[in-house]
Amino acid sequence: MESSVLTIEDFCAHFSGNQVVNDVSMNVEDKKVTALMGPSGCGKTTLLRCINRMHELIPGTGVSGTMKLHDDDLYSLNPIVVRKKIGMVFQRPNPFPTMSIYDNVIAGYTLNGIRIKRSEKDRIVEDALKKAALWNEVKERLHRKGSFLSGGQQQRLCIARALAMNPDIMLMDEPTSALDPKATAHIEELITALKKNVTILLVTHNIAQAGRVSDFTAFMYLGDLVEFGTTEKLFTVPEDKRTEEYLSGKFG
Amino acid sequence: MLCAHPHNVPTVPATRKTSAAVEKSMLPEKTNELKAHIIQYSSHIQHMLGKSIKGLINRDAGILREVIDNDEARANEIELTIDEMCTNLIAQFQPMAKELRTVLMIYNMNNSLERMGDHAVNISESALEVIKYPAIKPFIDIPRMSEIGTQMLEDAIQSFIDQDPLIARDVCRRDSIIDGLRDQVMRELITYMSGNPAIISYCLHVLRIAENLERIADLTTNICEDVIFIAQGRVVKHHLRNGESDTETK
Amino acid sequence: MDAGIRFRIIKDRIFLGAVILFSFMLLLPLLLILYYIVVNGIGVINWEFLTSLPRPMGEMGGGIINSMVGTLMLVIVASLFAIPPGVFAGIYLAENKTGKLVNTVRMCVEILQGIPSIVIGIIAYAWIVVTMGTFSALSGGVALAIMMLPVIVRSTEETMKLIPDTLREASLALGVPYSRTVLKVIVPAGVTGILTGVLLGIARIAGETAPLLFTAFGSPFMNTNIFKPVDSLPLLIFNYATSPYPHWHNLAWGASFVLVVFVLGINFFAKMVARRWKVQF
Repeated sequence: MESSVLTIEDFCAHFSGNQVVNDVSMNVEDKKVTALMGPSGCGKTTLLRCINRMHELIPGTGVSGTMKLHDDDLYSLNPIVVRKKIGMVFQRPNPFPTMSIYDNVIAGYTLNGIRIKRSEKDRIVEDALKKAALWNEVKERLHRKGSFLSGGQQQRLCIARALAMNPDIMLMDEPTSALDPKATAHIEELITALKKNVTILLVTHNIAQAGRVSDFTAFMYLGDLVEFGTTEKLFTVPEDKRTEEYLSGKFG
Repeated sequence: MLCAHPHNVPTVPATRKTSAAVEKSMLPEKTNELKAHIIQYSSHIQHMLGKSIKGLINRDAGILREVIDNDEARANEIELTIDEMCTNLIAQFQPMAKELRTVLMIYNMNNSLERMGDHAVNISESALEVIKYPAIKPFIDIPRMSEIGTQMLEDAIQSFIDQDPLIARDVCRRDSIIDGLRDQVMRELITYMSGNPAIISYCLHVLRIAENLERIADLTTNICEDVIFIAQGRVVKHHLRNGESDTETK
Repeated sequence: MDAGIRFRIIKDRIFLGAVILFSFMLLLPLLLILYYIVVNGIGVINWEFLTSLPRPMGEMGGGIINSMVGTLMLVIVASLFAIPPGVFAGIYLAENKTGKLVNTVRMCVEILQGIPSIVIGIIAYAWIVVTMGTFSALSGGVALAIMMLPVIVRSTEETMKLIPDTLREASLALGVPYSRTVLKVIVPAGVTGILTGVLLGIARIAGETAPLLFTAFGSPFMNTNIFKPVDSLPLLIFNYATSPYPHWHNLAWGASFVLVVFVLGINFFAKMVARRWKVQF
């Protein structure tokens, strides 16, 4: 796995004594989309949140095992540093309501007190919005607040905000669950286009979405990583019976 | 907290891909890619057929060997690739309506083409035997069968590319001509065989060639029925033979 | 129609009637108060009333300018003392759901809310007036600040709680440290709610009299020094209304009118602010 961006080894996570992720080991390939799928409560969201250490914000949680991003042990670095290298997009679009679109995109820099020249800021904003396929729709209205944007556009704004920080990997936690089918289709197209630039790890409870969009799929069930492989193989010839049952809709 | 069994290290299986790493994209692009593959396959099969008949007419053993040794292996390889592509496409993209019919029919066509390839190999094998002997009479009907058959296949593929059911129907009607020619060849050969037992082996191989050409034409009509299903959603299997007018099957 | 159904419909109507009746009865006192104040006070309002100092006892004329200035001073002093700790405490309570300190703070705020205003006045007297040796606007402001504190803490906490967690997560996921997240993302998002809380706090204390009785004490002179006694509208109303002079009674009505206009004005302004600067999540 020379081209792995993220290496996870024997990783366990718990909430106040309840183990929710059991001994997961997997590698996330560079510039590919990896989907984490499974029924509710299987631990996929928890695992995702452990990567950028958002899990530890909840009191009473703990982890064990290793996670490495390009050979850096994520749990030996300062969490702030970790989160700057990793972009995250959430289920509900959450642009900052008091900031304009422009300020939202550049928020990662301004909120962190990183000083950059105005021209450089403009370039970063334009670049990020273009990558998020939102530039043409908002370029005339950059300095207005984003409240007029539709749900799908707001989500793309959040994607732009994460992209502006040039992350090594983008984590997406069910990014289309709160969107209508058309907006969902746009975001899926965007994800397919984005992977040229950045590695994506996507949590989804929608099996069909995992099939359409991802190169690799990991199936989790009750905290275990049941199976991991190329999407083609997993969807046509899964090795584990539980994967087979999940794909046929027997549970979840 | 001890966690028991070691988990599978993820593998990147080397899949049988004919081209370099295939980019993942949405359904329409995938379908177009599949169509391109099937058209390429049909080209290959047409080629095989052409070479077999050419080898027979020109008494060229070399070309016939090529068909048997190289072309068949390649045909099988392509068939497996297309097979896998169809399966993956359905598993990952759940196509509906016309796209679903297209993928399912391409799967069928794949099958038909592979069998055509087998028949072309049979023709080559028999041709190798036939050219060992001097000709009884110049071949007339067999080249004619081959010509019509080749044209039928060409038109069938064209009808798939153009999504034109009219061409498809026309091709199906021509099948009766091929059947007639095969019957004629059989009658002729029976006459020769009954007169001269020494040439029975020769005649049987010639007959085998004619039979295989007739089977190829049948398979071509299958392809046409598939095209009609894609284009119009109508099942016309087992109906369009010998110029019968088609009736709908629900 | 069934007799049972008819009975239920009648019961329903009676209930509806009772609800309307009691709601109306609630309006009645308010309307009466406003009516009385307007009728009795509006005649007194004129330029002299609003700009001149009070006359000595018995003399005609006089105004309430020093009381208005005094009320303003007290409000400003109280705000300066109450807003920073109040807002920060509110943020603290909202951000930390459990913990010993959190529970203690919450309990203290609740207790503070229940302390009678006159008791607060006495405490301020003991702490500040006695120490300084004089009545002052400062002590009055402090007393009012103590009364304002629970209101601000409560409303700040409620505002902060309304801000969805997703906003916090969005900022933290960008690698922004927690303190900066609160100061630069959460608080700005809640600024409208906090401001509304502050305005409501002001409206509350603008009309308080009891704590000012022995802190600000009152004064017939114009005073802008916070270390000296100062008059305020409620104090003036108290003193004039309980005096034997009918002229002063009139002035008290006028002052009441001004005070009510002031308080209603702030309430109205607070509502406008809340509506206009509403933050959409």
